[in-house]
Amino acid sequence: MTRLGDLERAVMDVLWDAVPVTSPGVSVREVAEALDGRELAYTTVMTVLDRLAGKGMVQREREGRAWRYCPAASREAYIAQLMLDALDLGGSRDAALVRFARSVTGTEADVLRAALAAEAGLPAGTAPVVAAAPTDGPDRGLSDRVDAPQVDGASRPDLADETAER
Amino acid sequence: MAYTLHFAAAMLACWLIAQVLAGSTWTWRSPRVAILCWQAIGLGVGLSAMGLPIALGLAPYQRGTGSALLALADDLRHDTLPAGLGAVHLGLVGVGLGIGAVLLTTTVRSVHASVRAQRRHRDLLTLVARRDPTVPGALVLDHPGAAAYCLPGVRPRVVVSAGTLSLLDRAELAAVLTHERAHAQERHDLVLLPFTALRRALPWFRWVRAAHERVSLLVEMRADDKARELHAEAPLAGALRRFAAAGNRITPVGALGVGDRDLDVRVQRLLVTARPPRLLGGTALAVTTTVAALPISLFLS
Repeated sequence: MTRLGDLERAVMDVLWDAVPVTSPGVSVREVAEALDGRELAYTTVMTVLDRLAGKGMVQREREGRAWRYCPAASREAYIAQLMLDALDLGGSRDAALVRFARSVTGTEADVLRAALAAEAGLPAGTAPVVAAAPTDGPDRGLSDRVDAPQVDGASRPDLADETAER
Repeated sequence: MAYTLHFAAAMLACWLIAQVLAGSTWTWRSPRVAILCWQAIGLGVGLSAMGLPIALGLAPYQRGTGSALLALADDLRHDTLPAGLGAVHLGLVGVGLGIGAVLLTTTVRSVHASVRAQRRHRDLLTLVARRDPTVPGALVLDHPGAAAYCLPGVRPRVVVSAGTLSLLDRAELAAVLTHERAHAQERHDLVLLPFTALRRALPWFRWVRAAHERVSLLVEMRADDKARELHAEAPLAGALRRFAAAGNRITPVGALGVGDRDLDVRVQRLLVTARPPRLLGGTALAVTTTVAALPISLFLS
């Protein structure tokens, strides 16, 4: 199972790092070629992509006789979603995570939510659902917003202060 | 009627003990005993809430609730209901069984929702989290915010964010990881589960919400204790302070959530090493076990 997880991750990395040239998405053959070092069978890559599509992690579109795949959301959006879960800001207690401590500020929470909302093409403040309504191709602008200076300001200068105190 | 009174008394006792327990601070010194007390209270409340209307409805039988229920089932099958047992009585029995059914389905739905959300979370972690040599056995999320948590389950995951890695020094990080592993090993998610379900079933009761919050805090304290056994108090207290400071930085005073007050309490208790109050804890455990045992014995009578 671990190996399958590794494969899924490698395939997603290919999709996220792909630069859309002609048409959006990446074909199975292109993914297999990008993972050349692993010497994977074409069918293996197809199976992994199929699984990912089943989980709602990738979107696919038919082009001729083959499918073209693209990520349902950017890597940053998924991280933002996990962070919202982790900080109990996702609006549901369902994941039942046990947290060390809540440390996030209202501003940080807004930034995280905005990142998700922008990804899903919804106005900020609406419930973010990553799986819904993907934009075409990975949204590179997102990382800038998640790494906005105010978030950095929450931890970095503070760290400097505390180190100075010691 | 005596049985109804017993159920009512058990209910009242549970409520009173919950009030006392929520307000007392000895629980912070022995969180494990306090968690057991809360569990007993939860069980007592659930069973009494079911038993009260059932016992009221079965009053015409004039015998123990358990045997009266069996007798009712028997009479219903043979269509020979005793005189004095009307529709109101049957309705009350139905209400009691209904409460039990609601509690059960809420718990099942709660479990179902958690399992699904956890699977989704685990899948996403596989895709975006990375391993890091500085935190063996844990996963790292590349995000500047500070977070450290445990994804419970059969194969639990401990996750920290990149922000946490830069916020804490090595000793503090080790203490936080031990804290999270304690959550995973002792399955604190299962400890919290019935209280989450109860809160969901009865969202309008303030004291149910309070009980849930108390138990959440106690679970954190229990994990703090495990971490301090291995790493001493200083790094853990340091980590808690840094987490608090990371939040305070740009939050105006007075805008802090409940979590932040709890953080203060946890730091405070790490600074004073107090012996666990054995006598008080033992007494509380005995009392709460009794209020849980009372409705059980009534149902078995």
